[in-house]
Amino acid sequence: MEKSNLQILTNGIIKENPVLVLVLGTCPTLAVTTMAKNGIGMGLAATFVLLGSNIVISLLKKVIPDKVRIPCFIVVIAGFVTLLSALLQAYVPDVYSSLGIFLPLIVVNCIILGRAEMFASKNGVLKSALDGIGMGIGFTLALLVIGSIREILGSGTWFGLPVTVNLFAPISIFVLAPGGFLVFGMVIALLNKLSNGKAVKRKSFGCESCPNAAGCANAGKGGCE
Amino acid sequence: MEIFKNMMYILVTSALVENIVLAKFLGCCPFLGVSKKLDSAVGMSSAVIFVLLMATAVTWPIYTYLLEPFGIEYLQTIVFILVIAALVQMVEFILKKYMKPLYRSLGVYLPLITTNCAVLGCTILNIENHYNFLESLVNAFGVGLGFMIAMVLFAGVRSKMESVEFPKSFRGIPITLIAASIVSMSFMGFANVANGIFK
Repeated sequence: MEKSNLQILTNGIIKENPVLVLVLGTCPTLAVTTMAKNGIGMGLAATFVLLGSNIVISLLKKVIPDKVRIPCFIVVIAGFVTLLSALLQAYVPDVYSSLGIFLPLIVVNCIILGRAEMFASKNGVLKSALDGIGMGIGFTLALLVIGSIREILGSGTWFGLPVTVNLFAPISIFVLAPGGFLVFGMVIALLNKLSNGKAVKRKSFGCESCPNAAGCANAGKGGCE
Repeated sequence: MEIFKNMMYILVTSALVENIVLAKFLGCCPFLGVSKKLDSAVGMSSAVIFVLLMATAVTWPIYTYLLEPFGIEYLQTIVFILVIAALVQMVEFILKKYMKPLYRSLGVYLPLITTNCAVLGCTILNIENHYNFLESLVNAFGVGLGFMIAMVLFAGVRSKMESVEFPKSFRGIPITLIAASIVSMSFMGFANVANGIFK
């Protein structure tokens, strides 16, 4: 069944949310969500790259030979990331410095390569653009939720505004590395509980999270185990 | 002696104190995906150490002698990812043709490492920290070693988890993440260890 344009747009936000339902892109999700603001910054940066790369790849889908498609996709994505980091450095330097090394690492974000492979290389320009926007918004929202929980519990603030001043002392472990894994795990467990295990599509970590899954011969045979 | 001390400092820092997976969140995908069995954890992390050393040995000279003198540092991301991808592909061909036993143990994991963010991340960090060539190689080895330690430890934790019953909503991904959180907490104990020993 053909999906309508609206369905494609909302698909990435709720039904196939890249972070909470498909559990892709774990690295940036865990690393930049120490503050809600950073989560939004990363989300919007990835949305920009997703939109750009989806449009260009769907325009080039007839030109790119099938055998070298993955390197071609990576070049397109890396081009947009370079463009983005130059723009951020010039106009919003504080976001640029807070994202740090995770800005160039958008290149190897599995969400972007995954959408290029699964959607943009098979669909038209408009649909690919909508898919990019939807997935980007879904990514941003998920990062915002995780970032808000970690910032409120870990530093007692939300977007820099004090929230829990008189309630409890900030639990600083939430902004450190262990808190990232913990909050992400708890959020997914909560989603499982609320939806009786139906919402979260992926049941365990395996090849789907690997950005190379598309080009990997072992992906269909139970992975690299 | 001073050089040796400095090298050990970089090695301990990158392997334990700032563990690439558990403190910096780079390379989480293979860490969570391939750590189900000890064999595959060891195979994957040996391949990562191998590729990290090769990638650093190639990208550091490219940045220092090609990108920097011509003022085109902004091309770093594109150049590095392409160099790493080409390098991995080439190494795979060479191993397949001339070193069959090594290919059999590392071969499956090699193509997966191209887009592993630990590899790209480590090469970029080497440049950002202004390490010289030798320091970069030591750092790359330390990062790989840290990856291996984390993978092997976590594979052990996960094999114990196989035989335990969890609440239904925690099964699969959530409990894996929470276990990773506890392993990562234990690595926080290494904070300042390197400063205490070497400084």
